[in-house]
Amino acid sequence: MTTTPPAHRSVGTARTRVEGRDKVTGAARYAAEIPFTGLAHGWLVLSTITRGRIREIHTAPVLDMPGVLTVLHHGNAPRLHTDYVGLLGVPPDPAACLFQHDRVPFAGWPVALVVAGTPEQAREAAEALTVTYEEEPHDTALTADHPDAYVPEGGMPAETSKGDLEAELAASAVVVDEEYTTPEEQHSMMEPHAATARWDDGRLEVVDSNQGAGWVQGELATLFSLDPAAVRVRSEHIGGGFGSKGLRAHQVGAVMAATALDRPVRVVLSRRQLFSLAGYRSPTIQRVRLGAGADGRLRALEHRSLNQTSQVYEFLEPSAGVARVMYDAPAHRTAHRLVRLDVPSPTWMRAPGEASGSFAIEVALDELAERTGTDPIELRLRNEPDAGPVSGLPFSSRNLAACFREGARRFGWQDRDPRPGLRREGRWLLGTGTAAASFGAGAAPSTAQITAEPDGSFTVRIAAADIGTGARTALTLIAADALDTTPEHVRVRIGDSDFGPAMIAGGSMGTRSWAWAITAAAQDLRERLIPGTAVPPDGITVRSDTTAALGALSRKERHSFGAQFAEVAVDTATGEIRVRRMLGIFAAGRIVNPLTARGQLLGGMTWGISMALHEEAVRDHHTGAHYAPDLAGYHVATHADVPHLEADWVDDHDPDDPVGIKGIGEIGIVGAAAALTNAVWHATGTRHRHLPLRPDRILTAAPGTKGEPTKRA
Amino acid sequence: MREFDYRRAHDVQHALTLLAADPDARFLGGGTNLVDLMKTGVERPTRLVDVRELPLDGIEPTAEGGLRIGATVTNSDLAAHPDVRRHHPALAQAVLAGASGQLRNMATVGGNLLQRTRCGYFTDVSGPCNKRVPGSGCPAVTGEHHQHAVLGASDHCVAVHPSDMGVALTALDAVVGYETGEGPEEKPITDFYLPVGDTPHRETALPPGALITHLILPPPPAGARSRYRKVRERASYAFAIGSVAARLTVEDGRVAEARLALGAVASRPWRAHAAEAVLTGAPAGGATFAEAADAELAAARPLPRNGYKVPLMRNLVVSVLTELAEEATR
Repeated sequence: MTTTPPAHRSVGTARTRVEGRDKVTGAARYAAEIPFTGLAHGWLVLSTITRGRIREIHTAPVLDMPGVLTVLHHGNAPRLHTDYVGLLGVPPDPAACLFQHDRVPFAGWPVALVVAGTPEQAREAAEALTVTYEEEPHDTALTADHPDAYVPEGGMPAETSKGDLEAELAASAVVVDEEYTTPEEQHSMMEPHAATARWDDGRLEVVDSNQGAGWVQGELATLFSLDPAAVRVRSEHIGGGFGSKGLRAHQVGAVMAATALDRPVRVVLSRRQLFSLAGYRSPTIQRVRLGAGADGRLRALEHRSLNQTSQVYEFLEPSAGVARVMYDAPAHRTAHRLVRLDVPSPTWMRAPGEASGSFAIEVALDELAERTGTDPIELRLRNEPDAGPVSGLPFSSRNLAACFREGARRFGWQDRDPRPGLRREGRWLLGTGTAAASFGAGAAPSTAQITAEPDGSFTVRIAAADIGTGARTALTLIAADALDTTPEHVRVRIGDSDFGPAMIAGGSMGTRSWAWAITAAAQDLRERLIPGTAVPPDGITVRSDTTAALGALSRKERHSFGAQFAEVAVDTATGEIRVRRMLGIFAAGRIVNPLTARGQLLGGMTWGISMALHEEAVRDHHTGAHYAPDLAGYHVATHADVPHLEADWVDDHDPDDPVGIKGIGEIGIVGAAAALTNAVWHATGTRHRHLPLRPDRILTAAPGTKGEPTKRA
Repeated sequence: MREFDYRRAHDVQHALTLLAADPDARFLGGGTNLVDLMKTGVERPTRLVDVRELPLDGIEPTAEGGLRIGATVTNSDLAAHPDVRRHHPALAQAVLAGASGQLRNMATVGGNLLQRTRCGYFTDVSGPCNKRVPGSGCPAVTGEHHQHAVLGASDHCVAVHPSDMGVALTALDAVVGYETGEGPEEKPITDFYLPVGDTPHRETALPPGALITHLILPPPPAGARSRYRKVRERASYAFAIGSVAARLTVEDGRVAEARLALGAVASRPWRAHAAEAVLTGAPAGGATFAEAADAELAAARPLPRNGYKVPLMRNLVVSVLTELAEEATR
């Protein structure tokens, strides 16, 4: 491992985005805005039934409509090769593998693609297309005791267990045994999915908005049985992804139509279509049982989680996984179960597992603190494990205690009266709460190229994705340090599958994985540059591949950590909650660009507010379809919901990473909803265990309210 | 491509003529609701008659001491007008509680009165809705109705009226003025909005082809205080799950006059006559206010999943009236 060269130090300095000016002036073009000659437009037609079979698609009248070029459906679409496992170790979601059969497994399933000369013509014709169905009864309701729940195979693993849980619980002075639920949550990125496909001299080119150009390129090549070298995917600017922007129906539809028509075709998903086609965070029903001595030291910990998936795709939301990292106990059990329902396929969504799981376990810890009379921070510090509670492996670094100490100091925690329901300001009850956060720190094999140009500058090429985080800028700083030059001498080109295999922007692993490859290439290049010798006209290019280096990493528990603090005001007469302030202190490796890193952490905390108070995709279980699937019906936090937020970090250089990075993509949201929910308890004295904390839930739970508890349909 | 004809009217008569020429024409004000509905296919007008340029954008005092508010006054201008803020604070507060700054800059008073429900079934053209397609059914009764009506609804429709402004106007005894082509007419706002009954698609008493030209706000009694409070599922930019507009005049510790309207509980802004009857002449205090709220809400018929609205409205009414009474005696 090399260390950062001494002459130039850009990593750690605050830099605005290198493409920031282009973005705010509109010069940066997003996938749906890039012009193509002869462009045609596709609009997807989604099923209006929830389960059944397509009887007939009446294409004739629609084909006569103005501008309509073709209607693709299961009767005429090409067969795809879908039996494979992609870059991230999972098969493709059948919702993306368009028109392979006549079955409808959920409401909003794609049944046809109408292609026309303009987007308006395509949409008008798509809305006019009559599809008849044989409808079957459906089941879309996730319940704790669903008879079809099963333990999924492989992966995580689904279950871990040690010790005698029942014996330890029986011997515990204090037991917390509660159910916690989180609703279906949608990614709600600003930019909906959009792709344009065209054939250019025997090569398929796709301009897309995704989290990994090489990832999507590999999936499309396999699906359409093409030579991977004959497929190029580009994704220059991305208006948010959050786990949703991998292979989706829009790219597949665009490729099918471009192939059928032999002209460029663009498919853009509407906001409503995203709700069934772009993945979501499954609702979870979690059960946490904690047993502890009177001092709060855990004797038993059980975290069980149930989530839903579609009939056609298995996705586990690993909510109980957080307990495998955070807290140890002599008896320790984590378990996941799944139910297949007639619903769309869920997927990764910012901090998959940790966001939903931390809500349950961190509220349960707060309940244990309450019942043992222990300070919530002290309780967590007393239960700090020395090694991975399940793996037994050492932690690469675990600076959770430092986060809590720094956070407590800055938040003023020491002055807190632990008793609930005491502080009033007009109609508002005030309270504070805290919760811990963690997210895995990993890296995945990547390749990078760096060219030393004759003018003394450098061009970095890597199939990285900047999904809005500032990755392009971070990589510029990293490359500059590694090349011992200034950022102004470095051009970082990303978002092109032709640049070679690389990790996606996901799992909080993007920047670390790419930085590793860039650092390795830079080291190689510097060894080749002979001082005093001119660089040849076409430059000197080196390539790196981190596969071997990553394979040599020792096995450890590698995670970022954090401590979240929140103050809320609650009016129990109306159920309104107003967040007063939040503070997040994180130990998340070396921070590359403090400006964008702070933005990313604050963004996560903001989403935590949104998750705690607002977000909930509602399904009408009678029809099986979403109710009001748009940004008017699905509430995310507004500016007025987001008060003074602070995010900061403690020193946490990862010794096993060439740059010292861990990853900050997800940890900002983890624990935020729990901290807020714990603050609501401190304000009101009423414990809430179901998200979101809607006004009706607060109102009807308040003592003395003659209200009926309310449930969504 | 869904084509439509766009015309800009230069006076009221011209607007009426342009509208009458096409049976599927609609007036276009700020477009903040109509254009959304055109995008989703709920509304498919073949002609839009843009009335924003009409000379109906003034706010003037009336001879009686009230205000005459033109139909094309924007929500922003209405809320900022000194006379509105001074004499009818509930109205200014209601307008500012709605939408966003950008939308309020576009939205007009006339259009606001005619905005449609945000019920998710109404806006989803792939399913039934009695308001959108009469006789097709109401999925909300058995489906999702967390935000739906608890007062005055029927089996045909349980959607709520979305307006904040309309709730304040209903409490303040506003009168709606319109032009039919055969001359000007006026109607109290409580008669302007129709009960839902079995005709949820008929929302107002506005005759076909008529154009709203103005509102009349009568002067408030001396010493009256008014206020609007809105509860929603986030701090801004969401429709109410419950709101209250109230005006209270207190003399010698007793309620001399009370005006109360409830929002997000019915197909129209809900004038709380039963509550007003309890309030009038009674001691201005918590017991009276609770009794008044209970009197109004005795008629509530919540659905399985919107029962919370009853205690919410009770608490809101008591809270707002208490605040006004304290203000009056300060």
